[in-house]
Amino acid sequence: MKQSLIKNSLLSKALANPLAMAGFIIIVMVFLLALFAPIISPYDPNDINVKSILLEPSYGHWMGTDGLGRDVLSRMLHGGRVSLLVGLVAVGISTVIGIVLGAISGYYRGWIDTFIMRLVDVMLSIPSFFLILAVIAFLTPSIWNIMIVIGLTSWMGVTRLVRAEFLSMGGREFVLASRTLGAKDVRLIFIHLLPNTLTPIIVSSVLGVASAVLMESGLSFLGLGVQAPQASWGNILTDGKEYIQFAWWLSVFPGFAILITVLGYNLLGEGLRDALDPRSDSKK
Amino acid sequence: MLTYLIKRILWMIPLLIGISLISFFIMHLAPGDITNNEASFNPKASEESRQKLRKLYNLDKPVIVQYGLWMKRMVKLDFGKSFASHQKPVFWQTADKDGNVTKGMIQEALPITLLINFISLLITLGLAIPLGVVAAQKNMGWQDKSITLFNFIGFSIPGFWLSLLLMYWLGVMNNWLPISGLHSINYETLDTWGKFKDSISHLIMPVLIPSITGLAGITLFVKNGMLDVFHQDYITTARAKGLKENTVVYTHALRNALLPLITIVGLSIPGLIGGSVIAETIFAIPGMGKLFFDAVLMRDFPVIMGILTIGSALTLIGNLVADIAYAWADPRVRRGVVR
Repeated sequence: MKQSLIKNSLLSKALANPLAMAGFIIIVMVFLLALFAPIISPYDPNDINVKSILLEPSYGHWMGTDGLGRDVLSRMLHGGRVSLLVGLVAVGISTVIGIVLGAISGYYRGWIDTFIMRLVDVMLSIPSFFLILAVIAFLTPSIWNIMIVIGLTSWMGVTRLVRAEFLSMGGREFVLASRTLGAKDVRLIFIHLLPNTLTPIIVSSVLGVASAVLMESGLSFLGLGVQAPQASWGNILTDGKEYIQFAWWLSVFPGFAILITVLGYNLLGEGLRDALDPRSDSKK
Repeated sequence: MLTYLIKRILWMIPLLIGISLISFFIMHLAPGDITNNEASFNPKASEESRQKLRKLYNLDKPVIVQYGLWMKRMVKLDFGKSFASHQKPVFWQTADKDGNVTKGMIQEALPITLLINFISLLITLGLAIPLGVVAAQKNMGWQDKSITLFNFIGFSIPGFWLSLLLMYWLGVMNNWLPISGLHSINYETLDTWGKFKDSISHLIMPVLIPSITGLAGITLFVKNGMLDVFHQDYITTARAKGLKENTVVYTHALRNALLPLITIVGLSIPGLIGGSVIAETIFAIPGMGKLFFDAVLMRDFPVIMGILTIGSALTLIGNLVADIAYAWADPRVRRGVVR
């Protein structure tokens, strides 16, 4: 009950910010379009039709057709499902890893803390796109591998965040009190400490989805992401590059979709941050 | 200051070992190795010749031994030879018995990537600093609001999409700029001035695109830094003693606001190097990113390992330089008051 109150006030505070509200609306709309993609798509996204290759946008095909005569609008709608799924699952993975490692690090301190923090330093010094590309190329590229690899290479921020929160709360009265009363470590971590770090984690997760969506589209664009015939915004753009001299619609629409979606997450994330940050009131 | 420096440099050693361990073991977690791929280009390749290849590259030895052999050579900065491109040395040039020098792959690719990123970083800073200052001065004014909107778009726009659009607009529709490579086909026939113009026109798009996408973050950073500084007492003092607003902003405030920027630029290095993959692939620029991408497609172990290591080492060096620059620029750190 208490938790839902905190969340409600957080969301309502954030939505009072017009930019965050815009972000929220964008994300809800993209979600709805992706959710109902099979119903609202005018064509089968993988239906190859040699009679309708590279048609310009028209009443029959709102976003034109691609090099194999497939309807771009239908592929865009199905591609949206990929982007949202990859974003959410990848961030889910990285957030769970970040919370676990950050909690261990900040709660137990000592050598385990040193070890985890050094691991974070090492991971941060390897150019992450290189690391992701290398792993993806050695595994076979697929939507699942992308989610896992993006998740496994982007947990460092959350780890630092959770650790810092835990360190700052470690000596506070409510922790000492509950420890004196005989609470076990697990109970302390999950019932007392973790809920207090939820809000910054939410902000960083929302912003994390934005960068995961960008990452997925980049990988798919390079041909190392979602594989044909499955549609993703990134791999429609690969076609766009191929046919750049003849078919502008193959480049313009998917890129715009990525831009809008990522913008939505960024707006919402920053709006939440503003709502949370006690300093932001004085700044304005 | 000197102890700080030595500590800071020694600190890089365990990090480098950690990096090499992570990248080395990741390569070996995956199924499939170079012999599958290289052999598949040659339909006649027999199981026997595959075994030979494995042996040549030590792939038949246990992973730990492979790592040991690789580490031994890495200390001497010898990353071996490329599997895929005709035995070219990965890192630096080598001479054979007859004195023919073969240039290293990274040796050729690295300067290109560094040059492009350096110029584009300069452009980013040149634009971001004034924009950030204006946004802070006119906080919540229309200038600030439009800069904020621009920032959000800059954060969210996929760099490769921007590249495609500019390629279409400047290269295909209007034919103003070349859309791929570093030189035109007739490069060798041009005079010096012609060569210069040719190179510049090939570099404009690859340099501008990372500047545009990088602008948002730095602008926001400068703005927030300036806002923080504006609340400091010494700024109030400077204003109170009647200094001109411009003097207060540009001499007193900006200097302090820019200090943390040094760190941010240092931290942005891995992103810049990693980001070069997509940009260089799109524009067919033979830099580190393209080299890495091609190596990944070919499963060219030594090249992948070499670039991962060199890229990470560059990151560490970049952070080191940033820390030193910070210490040099901030007297509090220099004299050991802070840290």
